Amino acid sequence: MILDYIPIILVLIVAAIFGFAVVFSSEIFGPSRPNKVKTMSYESGKDPVGTTHERISVKYYLVAMLFIIFDIEVIYVYPWAVEFKNLFSTYGIFAFLPMLFFLVVLELGFLYILMKGGLKWD
Amino acid sequence: MSSVPMEYYLILSAFMFIVGVTGVLIRRNAIVVFMCIELMLNSANLSLVTFSSYLGNPIGQIFVFFVMTVAAAEAAVGLAIIIAIFRNKLTVNIDEINIFKW
Amino acid sequence: MPSTINEYFQLMPFLIIGIGIILSVVIEISSKSSKEILPWFSIILFFATALYSITNISEHAVLFGGMVEVGGKPAIFNFIFNLGAMLVVMSSIGYLKKYGTYFGEYYILIQSSVLGMMVMAGSKDILMIFLGLELMSICFYVLAGINRNKLGANEAAMKYFLLGSFTTGFIVYGIALIYGTTGTTSIQNLIDNFGEYSSNIIFVTGLILFLIGFSFKIAAVPFHMWVPDVYQGSATTVTGLMSTTGKTAAFSVLIIMLTSIFTLNSANIFKPYFSAIAVLSMFFGSIVAISQNNLKRMLAYSSISHAGYMAVGLAAANSYSISGIIFYLAAYAFMNIGAFSVISIIEGENDSRTDINVYAGLNSKNPVLAAFMALFMFALAGIPPMAGFFGKYYVFVGAIESNLTWLAILGVISSMISVYFYLRVIVFMYFKDAEENFEIEVAPYSLSSVVISGVLVLMFGLFPDMLLRLITAVVSL
Repeated sequence: MILDYIPIILVLIVAAIFGFAVVFSSEIFGPSRPNKVKTMSYESGKDPVGTTHERISVKYYLVAMLFIIFDIEVIYVYPWAVEFKNLFSTYGIFAFLPMLFFLVVLELGFLYILMKGGLKWD
Repeated sequence: MSSVPMEYYLILSAFMFIVGVTGVLIRRNAIVVFMCIELMLNSANLSLVTFSSYLGNPIGQIFVFFVMTVAAAEAAVGLAIIIAIFRNKLTVNIDEINIFKW
Repeated sequence: MPSTINEYFQLMPFLIIGIGIILSVVIEISSKSSKEILPWFSIILFFATALYSITNISEHAVLFGGMVEVGGKPAIFNFIFNLGAMLVVMSSIGYLKKYGTYFGEYYILIQSSVLGMMVMAGSKDILMIFLGLELMSICFYVLAGINRNKLGANEAAMKYFLLGSFTTGFIVYGIALIYGTTGTTSIQNLIDNFGEYSSNIIFVTGLILFLIGFSFKIAAVPFHMWVPDVYQGSATTVTGLMSTTGKTAAFSVLIIMLTSIFTLNSANIFKPYFSAIAVLSMFFGSIVAISQNNLKRMLAYSSISHAGYMAVGLAAANSYSISGIIFYLAAYAFMNIGAFSVISIIEGENDSRTDINVYAGLNSKNPVLAAFMALFMFALAGIPPMAGFFGKYYVFVGAIESNLTWLAILGVISSMISVYFYLRVIVFMYFKDAEENFEIEVAPYSLSSVVISGVLVLMFGLFPDMLLRLITAVVSL
């Protein structure tokens, strides 16, 4: 049982050794002559502006929250879609109506966001 | 190759749950506390899926779907509350949010 | 067809509220004056559901392959939820303008939370309990922080949210362990084979995690730390809803999960647990409430001690004490909603005027309000012949029947302590002179909410048999 893991451990060890070797060999063998321009943080050649800890607009959070909710509802549709052929042959139209109702309620939520201006970006 | 025994998953899940509880109790940033709560829910999900797979019935997996949806709804509401409090108080440290005392 | 049309018809209370929520959302997005329409729409919905539930108590059935129970105990709980929510909506109409949240969404959230409570009370499957609980809790998190410009409301919402979802973690993990040992989430299976499972350590751990989760929700010591802050910080009407119907819903789940186990198997393995939280909650709530000057905070501690009295009934766990709990919950719901409606009328802008000094000399300013507040305080203190007295009486008699006389005696001592701080409010209202002058604007709807609660409290107190007979008829179902 434990023996099965030996190749994985070997790979991890080799990767760790290789990583350390690459990073620290340049540190050890390379010349080190720092000046002000060299130590500046790199922003595609331009002089850096401000700090790295920028506050993000609250609009991003709003969109993220809405995304989480609508994204996760798909997990109900997916198993239904996979099994739809079997369900349809047993239950007929009643395999379809509940999901239609579910999606209508979901879209109502979307409509609510839209009408309340939740997706306006300015 | 032999399959992984059920105990391994359950021990991992119990460990995740304890990490989550500890995090809620000792961390002070509201967002981190909330992440620890999500970790607790996910450890329960792992247990449910494990039991479902080893018992051979699908109820556990269906339950996980519902737990995930509820966690998403909770995340949305929680982020909204944390943003509201940040706008008023400019901090999310739960030790500094203490206007009520007995 | 998966289930018969008839089954859907039996789900009528759920359908009324569910379709009502969808229509409310449509009203909210299509009409500019939704703020004026939605309260009335909600009142009609809640009243219709309450009326339907109370007239269909005898139509007991388990539907959808053992998922949902209608009629019987759930019908009585639905009656409490819907009538309570109706009274809260009535007192909100005048209050919300004062509080600065004049939104239509407020009413939709109340409707959704009531639907969640109904699902909880009617569930026959742990999955349904979980869904109902979360629907209720998520709506409450939003309602607690409904005014996002107030720091107090923000703090209440955040504390409620963090501790509430922490609790959810415990409940879900407990459910996972219960499912792992039983292989199903059906409560009926749990009841039938409880003796076999109860020797399994993993199953018992799961059940204890589940119980700890619900001890948070009923606000019992030592899981009470969120209660005072959340009740004080939220809008007064919202607190009225959370402290009564929310507590009732959590107790309904405990009753569903545990009483059937108890009645079928004489060994009550949770007697020590419930006795401990009962004693702690009763005394902690009563003693700390004495030193409170804010009336909302005082009622929060009183809510903790009431959870303790009800937990005495769970420790006793015979059919008499369970009907006592349900009676107590109904009585508590209306007297507490009445008290919070009075507070919401007196309260000024910016959360002012919730301290007890404000009530000094209320009798000379507004004798009607003072009289009703005195009635609710007497009822909460459990002075006969008020509704609160009979609630406590039935629970304590049930405890004596289960050889828990010491618990009943401690309960009586604790209620004697609690008389002090309830009577203090009355002393302020009748025997002290007003310190500050202010105008009390009594909105007619808020006043009618107070009057209806008062009439119900008097009715339950003077004719307790009426309600108790309904409850005892269904409690063993």
